[in-house]
Amino acid sequence: MLFEALTLQLGYNATLVAIGATLLGVSAGITGTFLFLRKRALVSDAVSHATLPGVCLAFLLMASFGGDGRNLLGLLIGSAVSSAIGLWCLNWLTRNTRLAEDAAIGAVLSVFFGFGIVLLTVIQTLGMGRQAGLEGFLLGSTAGMLWSDAMVIAAGGGLTLILILLLRRPMTLVAFDPEYAAARGVPVHLTDMAIMGLVMAVTVVGLKIVGLILIVALLIIPAVTARFWTERSEHVVLLAGLAGGVAAYLGAAISASAPNLPTGPIIVLVSFALFLVSLLLAPGRGVLAAVLRHRRFQRRVHLRQGLLALAQGQPIYEKLTLRLLRRAGLVRADGVATDQGKARAAKALRDERRWEIVRGDQTHEAAAALYDGLRDIETVLTRDQIAEVDSMIGGPQGVAV
Amino acid sequence: MTLELATTAGRIAEPASHENSPLCVRGLTVTYGQKPAVFSVDMTIEPGKMTAVIGPNGAGKSTTLKAALGIIKPVSGQIQVFGKPIDEQRGRIAYVPQRASVDWDFPTRVIDVVMMGLYRELGLLGRLRNRHKARALDCLSRVGMRDFADRQIGQLSGGQQQRVFLARALAQDADLYLLDEPFAGVDAATEKAIISVLKALREAGKTVVVVHHDLATVTEYFDNVFLINTRKVAEGPVETAFTADTLQAAYGGRLATAQVEQLSRAVG
Repeated sequence: MLFEALTLQLGYNATLVAIGATLLGVSAGITGTFLFLRKRALVSDAVSHATLPGVCLAFLLMASFGGDGRNLLGLLIGSAVSSAIGLWCLNWLTRNTRLAEDAAIGAVLSVFFGFGIVLLTVIQTLGMGRQAGLEGFLLGSTAGMLWSDAMVIAAGGGLTLILILLLRRPMTLVAFDPEYAAARGVPVHLTDMAIMGLVMAVTVVGLKIVGLILIVALLIIPAVTARFWTERSEHVVLLAGLAGGVAAYLGAAISASAPNLPTGPIIVLVSFALFLVSLLLAPGRGVLAAVLRHRRFQRRVHLRQGLLALAQGQPIYEKLTLRLLRRAGLVRADGVATDQGKARAAKALRDERRWEIVRGDQTHEAAAALYDGLRDIETVLTRDQIAEVDSMIGGPQGVAV
Repeated sequence: MTLELATTAGRIAEPASHENSPLCVRGLTVTYGQKPAVFSVDMTIEPGKMTAVIGPNGAGKSTTLKAALGIIKPVSGQIQVFGKPIDEQRGRIAYVPQRASVDWDFPTRVIDVVMMGLYRELGLLGRLRNRHKARALDCLSRVGMRDFADRQIGQLSGGQQQRVFLARALAQDADLYLLDEPFAGVDAATEKAIISVLKALREAGKTVVVVHHDLATVTEYFDNVFLINTRKVAEGPVETAFTADTLQAAYGGRLATAQVEQLSRAVG
């Protein structure tokens, strides 16, 4: 069943949902990255919650003029207008009052959402709600997705990606160094507005699939996931798009493969699974890598300290140090250094002297920056450079390198 | 040259007259809330010279610079860059912000930061080509950071971060360089590297303005000084504007008498 879903063989609706969700996932992941880099991730939560009153008012307006209250385009326009008002309130509060942004987010989010829920309840008591299915906008509802709905999502997502391609440089610059950007004539406020506008677009487009409560997950989790794997912002952007797309596609497929699995929440859970894997397993920034790195580092420290102690004829009491030295065949069971141990100890002591010189010499700055008290000098200097350093140390030459 | 103590207060800004000045500020006032950080300041930077902007903490040194660049919106004041409004001259100005103003855990490499200096020239869609990369690497060489090009910026020491920022400014190939506290909290090697780059810029006819806090090195490094304490205190060549009197006026009681004497002896 899951295989059929993954290969888009579960029928018309499931295919539409899978394609729409994937497009949304990619554009949400990419857009969210700029928000994340700008350190304003939570603004998207305020923006998404602020869509609800607009959806309800648009429905009431369209219904009262005798039209179809459920027209998706009309509802999305309504949601865009009200989230824009919410965003404006948020910006006004942070710029003109002493309220910090987090407090302003809380205020805007809850007030707009509360107002939206009131309107939703009114609509339901008016007896129009059952047909309207507006509560589907809270958590997404893909059951009755139409071809035209998918087209709206595809068009919105595509437009977002084009805008991002155009604005990626100013947006990156503003996220990294807004003062420098301003000095270069980049309109910082306008660029921020553009980022927020794109977030708004993604939110509005994503209402139908994941709903306004969970859209924030699609914007933020892929960016955070991608950050674990790379140290370059343009790669974070691309990986976040990939993570968002994969999560949305898998999530849509899983939810289609069994009855009564909600699409939006499943997508969020898949996205979270990708995050969890990255958190644990990513090389460099991952938790496991950090633990291993620390263990390895600790062992190297002990080994090095042991060698230096041997070289200087000091007794070693630390159990871990002795165990490591023994295992490496550098000391015998009774704690006396082997021949190899003596040679390594002499080398360690000599390296200490070499590092001392390298670190005191500005021409070796790049090498000195790698100093951690443990690294073999051969990994940062060429043989010629080492010979040069040795000539400065003097004393017996040619100790085993 | 002139010792103007609060005499400019309340005067209406007059149009900038120094046509060839790289940076000419008239009647600049900036406030944070109701409290003026900079009040009615005039500043005329001399072309081809190195000028230090000096004053006590909170005297408005950085604020003046930021307002001159349009980063902060002033309450009043006129700014002209090479005789024209600043927005027509952005390409000729290079700015080096304070190191602490950015997050150094940002996912980017040293070379990418330097290439940010080329964004304006590249436009929105221009491709980064090999010649751009070569130029960025050359700028890194000039500050002694060539070997660090591919490192993540979070791995750099404070002094190295500062030199990367300077390299980014160099990449712009500007005519006017404005640096905000480039020597704050950096090692001696970095200070030496930065000052020699700045002197080379001056030799090439460029104008350099530095917000500076170390009074002991002013006479050694700079041609001109601009003393500020919310209001302008003095402006001109080091020999005439950087004296015991002007320092006393700028710092008030904040400098020990012995310190002032020592400095004025250094001035001669």
